[in-house]
Amino acid sequence: MFTDDAGKSGIAAGGPGNSAESNRRTGGDLVQLVTPGGERVSHPEFDPWLQDVTDEQLGALYEDMVVIRRIDTEATALQRQGELALWPPLLGQEAAQIGSARALRDDDFVFPSYRDNGVAYCRGVNPEDIVKAWRGNALAGWDPYTVNVATQQIIIGAQTLHATGYAMGIQNDGADSVAVAYFGDGATSEGDVNEALVFAASFQSPVVFFCQNNHWAISEPVRLQSHIQIADRAAGFGIPSMRVDGNDVLAVMAATRIAIDRARRGGGPTFIEAVTYRMGPHTTADDPTRYRDANELEDWAAKDPIARLKSLLERKGLLTEDLETAVAAKADAVAKALRAGTINMPEPAPMDIFKHVYSTPHSTLERQQDHYSRYLASFRDPAEAASEEGAR
Amino acid sequence: MIKEFRLPDLGEGLTESEIVAWKVAVGDTVALNQIIAEVETAKAVVELPSPFAGVVAALHEQPGTVVEVGKPIVSFEVEGDDGGSAGGSGADAPAKREPNLVGYGAVLENSGRPARRARSFAAPAVADAAPAPVVEPVAPAPVVEPVAPAPAVAEALPAVPRSAERPRSTPPVRKLAKDLGVDLAAVTGTGEHGLITRDDVRNFVGGGDLPVAPQDLAGVSAQAPAQGERETRTPIKGVRKFTAAAMVSSAFTAPHVTEFLTVDVTPTMELLAKLKASRAFAGYKLTPLTVVAKAVLIALRNHPTLNTRWDEAKQEIVQYNYVNLGIAAATPRGLTVPNIKDADRMSLLELSTALTELTDTARAGKTAPAELSGGTISITNIGVFGIDAGTPILNPGEAAILALGAVRKMPWEYQDEVALRQVMTLSLSFDHRLVDGEQGSRFLQDLGAILSDPGMALAMV
Repeated sequence: MFTDDAGKSGIAAGGPGNSAESNRRTGGDLVQLVTPGGERVSHPEFDPWLQDVTDEQLGALYEDMVVIRRIDTEATALQRQGELALWPPLLGQEAAQIGSARALRDDDFVFPSYRDNGVAYCRGVNPEDIVKAWRGNALAGWDPYTVNVATQQIIIGAQTLHATGYAMGIQNDGADSVAVAYFGDGATSEGDVNEALVFAASFQSPVVFFCQNNHWAISEPVRLQSHIQIADRAAGFGIPSMRVDGNDVLAVMAATRIAIDRARRGGGPTFIEAVTYRMGPHTTADDPTRYRDANELEDWAAKDPIARLKSLLERKGLLTEDLETAVAAKADAVAKALRAGTINMPEPAPMDIFKHVYSTPHSTLERQQDHYSRYLASFRDPAEAASEEGAR
Repeated sequence: MIKEFRLPDLGEGLTESEIVAWKVAVGDTVALNQIIAEVETAKAVVELPSPFAGVVAALHEQPGTVVEVGKPIVSFEVEGDDGGSAGGSGADAPAKREPNLVGYGAVLENSGRPARRARSFAAPAVADAAPAPVVEPVAPAPVVEPVAPAPAVAEALPAVPRSAERPRSTPPVRKLAKDLGVDLAAVTGTGEHGLITRDDVRNFVGGGDLPVAPQDLAGVSAQAPAQGERETRTPIKGVRKFTAAAMVSSAFTAPHVTEFLTVDVTPTMELLAKLKASRAFAGYKLTPLTVVAKAVLIALRNHPTLNTRWDEAKQEIVQYNYVNLGIAAATPRGLTVPNIKDADRMSLLELSTALTELTDTARAGKTAPAELSGGTISITNIGVFGIDAGTPILNPGEAAILALGAVRKMPWEYQDEVALRQVMTLSLSFDHRLVDGEQGSRFLQDLGAILSDPGMALAMV
């Protein structure tokens, strides 16, 4: 009942780019609960899922979105200052990430991609742990089992298989938690994602496929990837899907709640396409002006997810000075802590590389470790090394 | 206190970037993350946010300079030790920390390796082969560094010209040399096969056998340049750098032969005048180059060996069954050779349009990279400069290049008498690996035949 038919008619003609036709393609049956101007639109199927959202919770969603945008811009600046090797900005995708992540229970398990830093933040990952891997100080920034978020997947779409496997495990355990896979529009063209959809459907596993269609797979526009709406791909696997305005935090939250509820009650997988836009580069090493029309960016800036929620709060009289001050103070504090934490992050020692390979002693590794430590010692002055040796 | 900002690796493994513009000036007060400069890497133009809050004390590099990753580009006067919101001891970190962060090995020690990736400009292989010595060791302007982070020895040692090969040594010794500021190229190795040992580096520093500064050798005081510089040094970069690499590579890989033929082109000039007056060509730009280009395309049909490429790696000769005709063009940025794709399939009218478009685009400096690659044979029009003949160097990867000289009125034999005729010299260089003297000569002869009697083209098509 939620499957969106809008795309079935429209195979848009013309060259690459998303600008001209995309408005028509994404306009149709897209579920939107808050207009770009901040007006709340009623929706008989989605509204019941938001009845419990209080004014305070709306303010908290606003805070989350402002803070994660601030973390994102601070991390981008840190990369430009040589403190991070690389950073994949999420600018423009705040509502899709916050709205969905805030719909989860603590015991649900998230399998994110490299760009889903807003999701990690909502799950309680410390911002400096988010940047740790991007600084090259660790292979992963956090322990997946303390926050129930897997390490960020760099291989496009591979995490959908992990999520499906985890969901099959939940079934074996007889638990009622849910696995959530986060991925992008480009990932839906990958074999891994297709295999994951097949398995999830076959086993009716409790997994939610949350696709952020940000319109660009690096420099490839989404309409080159798929001649039908991304959400409609799910129908081919027998998986129900929804297509929501990904810049509308309430629409995203309602859709995620619907999907999570279905999974928890044994209803199997759901596919959500959150239609959003990557307003920044693919990563800090990318220059989107080489392939993207400036007008397209302008169109999407007018649909900014934070500005939209802000307008809604304003209309409801909830945008108080207290709220704005508190949110700004929180963002400043988080950014400051992130900067200090990043710059002062302890560097791993060369020998640490051996620590995380085997859980038990391993003779080949021990031999390599010995060779490597002697190699490192050769950098020191022989006399010095000898005296240290003697002192030991 | 003074804090330095060193150029970071802005895009996954880059070793240099160009300062496009400064957004701040010395004396400006800047906030943390305020945009201070625009920098162009091989991948993108990006804005640099300030890592400190403070006052700009010095800008170390001029706009337009290509700077190696890790070099200080700007210094800030920062209040106290806290460095504003940069946070605690973190303010010191950039200096401590090597600027390239992850996964790209040790920081390059100014090894002169071609750092910038070859843009898809022409044959990429050529760019890779760019000879190291082309790069002038960076340090052009007499910039005074307010802070000297490196050990004093580094400054006492004059820069030693790099040899093409990296000095033989081991990683620990290289590390020691780097710590002591010693350039290994200046050290004589006493180890096995000339290996530089730890002791060699030590002796070099202690031994006092420092090379004499080049200025002293020349007998010119360092302070000498008073009013009016006697020399101006311009960094080798951009199109100039690329052209140089391409020319060197071409000149020293393909054995060039150049042949000349002077032709009475009066009939061609008469044909041109006739065509210009015809209705079909009204509004089109017709020049001797248009006709010569067409003549080349016609003559190539019978002499395909001039439209080939030597594939050294595969040990194969590539015969092109199409012609992408390169036209050397002087542009504001230097020499480029854009080409007309599938020129052999074009009518004279199409060719004339394509030539006009190509030269206009090139002069405006807007030639797309795709138009610069994939050429199969080239023409250079030195006649426009009033020159008669030359020995053109092949565009790398191509078997032949034709230079057309100026059309001059000269006394010339015409119907057994001396007459004033319009005469042009053709200079054809070809790669002797691919083209024998006979083939080259016959091609040139056919060209001459068409230009001296355009009707001959009928016999060749």
